[in-house]
Amino acid sequence: MSIHHIHVTINGKHYEGDVEARTLLVHWLRDSLRLTGTHIGCDTSSCGACTILVDGKAVKSCTMLAVQADGRELLTVEGLEQNGKLHPLQEGFHVEHALQCGYCTPGMMMAALALLKRNPSPSEQEIREGISGNLCRCTGYVNIVKAIQYAAQKLREPQPEQVPAGSGGGGE
Amino acid sequence: MTTSSAGPHVHGLGEPYKRKEDARFIRGKGNYVDDIQLPGMLYGDIVRSPYAHALIKSIDTSKALQVPGVVAVITGKDLEAAGLAWMPTLSGDSEAVLAVDRVLYQMQEVAFVVAESRYAAADGAAAVEVDYEPLPVVVDPHKALAPDAPLLRPDKKDRQPTNQIYHWETGDRAATDAAFAEAEQNGIVVRQDMYIPRIHPAPIETCGCVADYNTATGKLTVWMTSQAPHAHRTLFAIVSGLPEHRIRIISPDVGGGFGNKVPVYPGYVCAVVAALKTGRPVKWIEDRTENLTSTGFARDYHIHAEIAADKDGTVKALRVYTLADHGAFDAAAQPTKFPAGLFHICTGSYDFKHAHVAVDAVHTNKAPGGIAYRCSFRVTEASYLIERMMDTLAREVGKDPAEIRLQNFIKPEAFPYRSALGWTYDSGNYEGALRLAMEKIGYEELRREQAERRARGELMGIGISSFTEIVGAGPGKHFDIAGIQMFDSCEIRVHPTGKVLARIGVQTQGQGHETTFAQIIAAELGISPDDVDVEHGDTDTAPYGLGTYASRSTPVGGAATAVAARKIRDKARKIAAYLLEVGEEDLEWEPGRFYVRGSPSKGKTIQEIAFAAYTNCPPYLEPGLEAVNYYDPPNLTYPFGSYICVVDIDRGTGEVHIRRFLAVDDCGTVINPMIVEGQIHGGLTQGLAPALYEQLAYDENGNVLGSNFQDYLIPTAVETPRWETARTVTPSPHHPIGAKGVGESPTVGAPQAIANAVVDALAHVGVRHIDIPITPWKVWAILKEKGLATA
Repeated sequence: MSIHHIHVTINGKHYEGDVEARTLLVHWLRDSLRLTGTHIGCDTSSCGACTILVDGKAVKSCTMLAVQADGRELLTVEGLEQNGKLHPLQEGFHVEHALQCGYCTPGMMMAALALLKRNPSPSEQEIREGISGNLCRCTGYVNIVKAIQYAAQKLREPQPEQVPAGSGGGGE
Repeated sequence: MTTSSAGPHVHGLGEPYKRKEDARFIRGKGNYVDDIQLPGMLYGDIVRSPYAHALIKSIDTSKALQVPGVVAVITGKDLEAAGLAWMPTLSGDSEAVLAVDRVLYQMQEVAFVVAESRYAAADGAAAVEVDYEPLPVVVDPHKALAPDAPLLRPDKKDRQPTNQIYHWETGDRAATDAAFAEAEQNGIVVRQDMYIPRIHPAPIETCGCVADYNTATGKLTVWMTSQAPHAHRTLFAIVSGLPEHRIRIISPDVGGGFGNKVPVYPGYVCAVVAALKTGRPVKWIEDRTENLTSTGFARDYHIHAEIAADKDGTVKALRVYTLADHGAFDAAAQPTKFPAGLFHICTGSYDFKHAHVAVDAVHTNKAPGGIAYRCSFRVTEASYLIERMMDTLAREVGKDPAEIRLQNFIKPEAFPYRSALGWTYDSGNYEGALRLAMEKIGYEELRREQAERRARGELMGIGISSFTEIVGAGPGKHFDIAGIQMFDSCEIRVHPTGKVLARIGVQTQGQGHETTFAQIIAAELGISPDDVDVEHGDTDTAPYGLGTYASRSTPVGGAATAVAARKIRDKARKIAAYLLEVGEEDLEWEPGRFYVRGSPSKGKTIQEIAFAAYTNCPPYLEPGLEAVNYYDPPNLTYPFGSYICVVDIDRGTGEVHIRRFLAVDDCGTVINPMIVEGQIHGGLTQGLAPALYEQLAYDENGNVLGSNFQDYLIPTAVETPRWETARTVTPSPHHPIGAKGVGESPTVGAPQAIANAVVDALAHVGVRHIDIPITPWKVWAILKEKGLATA
């Protein structure tokens, strides 16, 4: 089994390590780096519990090898909160009661973040399609849609203290 | 400490208090079982059978043991030597932990490989060589009863000589038959066969555990995805022989349960055995295919139902025969005295004078289960059958489905109502819920629109489900799990500064207990829910309870919590009387404070009283301010509701589009309307799923056809409609705060609203029933047959 040394920026912080070629990115994040906010719910890239951002785009981290992350910028759920301030998506999920067991929540928020980067003012249908790669068994999605609308609204408001969106791995 | 006559602001009952548990989950700081990593931890992986029925000729583990990182391989023979090859199920059967000489379903557990990493364990599992001799497979439960069917369970042929597990019946057969004979002559009889397919709860987190045996103290700690940690501790003690006080089960954050995490699965036992054998912690986590194919399925009931009625559609009697497919082992999770669960709630919301229900359960070469999937022990099956039958009856007598329901509902003044099958319904107003649903959705207008569309050749349907649930088991004298009575518990400690720690015997998998149970205590003591922390899931600290399933948390655990809080208040009154130098009877309570009647300014807050309990306690009382309650409910609770679904059918593709779905629920007193609404949204989605999408199908060789999320179709945000909700409130008369439980009502009530809507859309061409899941293919085939397909 070949071993590779990789360098990855995650949530603005530099990480490096040796990984087997076959190691899934999600296992490296969870088991080696102990970033356990990213979850695993299936083996077929269906559920989206493992969704993270890679260079600003939503990726299911169970479908990517850790070696493929070499040299890239990643954002995981742990990187959403900045300087003790919740990201509008985190705030929206809480305020709109968009989570119950919480297991799909990190992946759902990351998918939503990628959606809002592409489309800052999505319609309800666009939100539903934007998160259709993420399964939730608890909420029936109604409040997840509301939470994303809440965040979209908040992100569109001028926010003098906040770093502008779109900077990729560093998070906002 | 200040005292205000207005009292503190209390988020008590009925307020949409934001959830306390969210803080960790939105930050990715939850602690689910696979997040646990212990020093020196090993990983387990299971070798599973590719065959649905086969003899095991030999197992060769030598190559697996040579795989780098593999530490041990455990087979059924190893377990047999330790007396652990079999474990008891929740239905009194024995289930193989690891198969010894034969496998009975595809994906059955055959060997357990323990290794230094997940990947090494998987490598090792792939290297175990098992030689099988395939045997004839029984997939169809009807064929399981044929005289020439292979006997699937030779291990218990002495007590069960055929594949039939049990025959169970209830109700008055003679009176029911007489009512049918009378209806054949002077009234009408409607009949329908229906199949409620095998489905799976499929929580997004699969099952798993970490077992850690401390060789120095002899204590076994198991973090596991458990909906019933105390019951599991007792079962572990009985099976393993370890002393129960040396077993600690911790159910950490659980990523959805829905009944899937009630049973004990072989993987848990194997991880414990491996931890004992290696002296190192062992983690076992299912993958999705293992979860769908081997852990507790639900439903799988083949039902024949008949209603006898007067010519005007007034119901007289209900007769039901069901063939239940329990799979290879009888691992159905239900109270011991009720082999078909609470299926005999199937007279539903209607005033039947007579009823009779018979159930035969059989073994097949399928995974074991029969768990209560977001449902109180077969209530979903019961509700589906009666709501489908009421529609069939309506067609037969030419009445609107709403009218036939209003005509036959149990009347509000009839409660408490004794049903023909022996249940005592606590309270209800079925007509109120249906009328509200009809008004909110604009029922009459929808019927007019349907007629217009039909005239234009468009297919639109309206479906009603006016379900009654039965949840909150006990009482303990009737309901037990493996002998343990179904009470539940709460322990409250009020600290000297008035802050509260509460521990409960029920356990959340997303329901929000940390918030709602804090609200119950907050309401009883007049404090903020912020001042109440609720803990659960750790058997070393929480009081003994039976866990969370069958919507029993609020009806039983919530009652225990309210009663424990009232015990605290009773003691607080005594302390207040001492401090204020008055008699207890001279004190009045307002939220958060006792005061002297007639002198409202003279009083003591609950915080002042708590402080005194530890610093200035009356000499005739024990110091401290704590209380425990073990609550044995006097009856079950009977939540209900009326759902109306509007569908449009695409004549080209057969696709069913849900245009609107309105759910009127009545769960009695509402603790947190935000959480209740969230539970309803989620439950409706799990009702939509089997109605249109999900089925665990098998081919004739016993291969599972829905073994992953590409084939087992969980609704996404795109398929799920924007649910509409409303409520009526009919408190339970016997529950301390009048609450009934809500989490399962929508899963129970929704499928038949959708099925009824689809059948309604096609009723004018003679369609009377379509089995769920109502796939585009099924609908398109009907459209084709009836000459309605446009493609």
